[in-house]
Amino acid sequence: MELRTLTLLFIGISFLLYITIAIRSKAKTTGEFYVAGGGVSPLMNGMATAADWMSAAAFISMAGLIAFLGYDASVYLMGWTGGYVLLAMLLAPYLRKYGKFTIPEFIGERYYSKTARIVAIICLLFISFTYIAGQMRGVGIVFSRFLEVDIITGLMIGMAVVFVYAVLGGMKGITYTQVAQYCVLIFAYTVPAVFISLQITGNPIPQLGFGSTLAGDSVYMLDKLDKVVTDLGFNAYTGSGQSTLNLFFLTMALMAGTAGLPHVIVRFFTVPKVADARKSAGYALVFIAVLFTIAPAVGSMARFNLINTINGENAEGVAYKEIPGWFKTWENSGLIAWYDHNNDGKVQYAKGSSIEGNRPIFSEQVGSHGERVITNPAVPVIAPGAKFANEVYVDRDIMVLANPEIAGLPPWVIALIAAGGIAAALSTAAGLLLVISASISHDLLKSTFTPNISEKKELFFGRVAITVSIIIAGYLGANPPGWVAETVAMAFGLAASSLFPVILLGIFSKKVNRIGAISGMLTGLIFTFCYIIYFKGVFIAPFAENIEANWLFGITPQAIGGLGMILNFVVAISVSYFTSEPPAQVQKMVEAIRTPATQS
Amino acid sequence: MSTPENHRKYWRANLKLVFCCLLVWFIVSFGCGVLFVDELNQYKIGGFKLGFWFAQQGSIFTFLILIFFYAYRMNKIDSKYGVQEGDD
Repeated sequence: MELRTLTLLFIGISFLLYITIAIRSKAKTTGEFYVAGGGVSPLMNGMATAADWMSAAAFISMAGLIAFLGYDASVYLMGWTGGYVLLAMLLAPYLRKYGKFTIPEFIGERYYSKTARIVAIICLLFISFTYIAGQMRGVGIVFSRFLEVDIITGLMIGMAVVFVYAVLGGMKGITYTQVAQYCVLIFAYTVPAVFISLQITGNPIPQLGFGSTLAGDSVYMLDKLDKVVTDLGFNAYTGSGQSTLNLFFLTMALMAGTAGLPHVIVRFFTVPKVADARKSAGYALVFIAVLFTIAPAVGSMARFNLINTINGENAEGVAYKEIPGWFKTWENSGLIAWYDHNNDGKVQYAKGSSIEGNRPIFSEQVGSHGERVITNPAVPVIAPGAKFANEVYVDRDIMVLANPEIAGLPPWVIALIAAGGIAAALSTAAGLLLVISASISHDLLKSTFTPNISEKKELFFGRVAITVSIIIAGYLGANPPGWVAETVAMAFGLAASSLFPVILLGIFSKKVNRIGAISGMLTGLIFTFCYIIYFKGVFIAPFAENIEANWLFGITPQAIGGLGMILNFVVAISVSYFTSEPPAQVQKMVEAIRTPATQS
Repeated sequence: MSTPENHRKYWRANLKLVFCCLLVWFIVSFGCGVLFVDELNQYKIGGFKLGFWFAQQGSIFTFLILIFFYAYRMNKIDSKYGVQEGDD
């Protein structure tokens, strides 16, 4: 069967599975809708959390990031898994003991303030909508590349499926579809990785494979890769190219951001007991670690394969006419571009930018070798150590999707990847939609504006809120704002600098009060937000060029959330020190969430 | 059993455990993976430079062990101070 039919088949079967599960787990009460009735087993919750957490970015983009950044991308691996240690030990068990539905609810009650609750809702909505835009872009990429349908059509189908199971089933439906989606995505990620590892190193376990020698050779793969990339003018793959301070803050921002993401925290509200919440965080990390320990293997092998295929056996470049088919298919979707700087007809890849700006701009013409002509080539610069200037633009996001094609694996493996990518995007989107709808129907309507609505009414508004959010998310996916990549970094920075510190202090300190928490949250939020806007722009033009000389202590906008978090802590604690203590019943509540037992 | 004194002791035991776990967490990730990566990279296991391995594999495995160790120890501490949950 050809690739397109196979992809349709795989995605179709997976959609059928998700909808069947949804119909079998319809939510009848608000408790079932928001937290699946609190009756999800720790193992199931761990699996659902893993799917919830591993987004289109983790599935599609992360290995690509590792492939191009090498060691420097380790911060994403450590940050996105290390956050679970914080979650398991500092937040999840206590929030489970607190035992209500949403994060703003906890913040509002702990800091006895509607203002604090509304500030938390603003942080939550901002984080979640930014995140969802990224998921929808992922769905768009997969559909347009593998099914060759219009992005809008693909999006509509994806939205319809999410609509069915999120609106009907609420958290209950989402939980069990996420379990299924985890199975789909992890299978899809592992199978090609095993094949490629076997091909390159002869070792079927990717985690060991990338530390083994090359098949039929006594050279270690990573040593060979270091040599290949340095010969092209890049930094060594296993060496660092960034300042240690920046890596430090970035890791911190990612870890605290992970622990502070509302859609992840809320998953721990669904298990029956406090002890289950602890265990469940461990299970979640087991399921996440499967993908996260394979990703660096996939990244290094993808880089290795990519360079060898483009530059050929002799590392001199391959004539465009003889380049494999995948190169041209991705060129057609605009995610690969080639400009023949030295007019030798060969595609040559090395360090340096082949184009001016961030994306290639294609004219309608076809060049003398059959390539798509681009109108924004860069001035060719030969990097020190390299033999030629870089002529190839490769979008990092395609590495996982193109990897099986580059390695020449059979079409069914490639179709599997497509279904996996969709599963990763949909599972995360559904989790996000739920926290958005819960914060609107529960925090805004039920608790702030119309406290007298019945449970049935609240449930109805929850479903309306999800529907509206799906439409907004779909719109964002169809008209991807140019700032998706920037704003995802912002989502982590904001979660780390706004929500994480106040939740943590709310549990571990009895002294931090209303004014302390609100000023801490606002300081972290505004500082981080402004720093990112200052360099990245987002809605307006950036104020300063995004280069090292301009950064505060050399910290990049992605990493600034780490500093924002520290500011939040300092402000919250010192302001509380100079103002009056929280009332006695709040201190009692803190006392109560610290122990698992229900009495006292 | 649930006197304020008992609670205070329970909370102190909890904080001690969390502190120890987070110390290990910090050492493997920020320590081995970021701050001392160049020093560790002088050693190799198989084809991996040691610092690189900690950053891309070792830290994740350590995190896993840490969470399960914490969950196991916490359950023990819960029962020792009589604050564990009922079986409902």
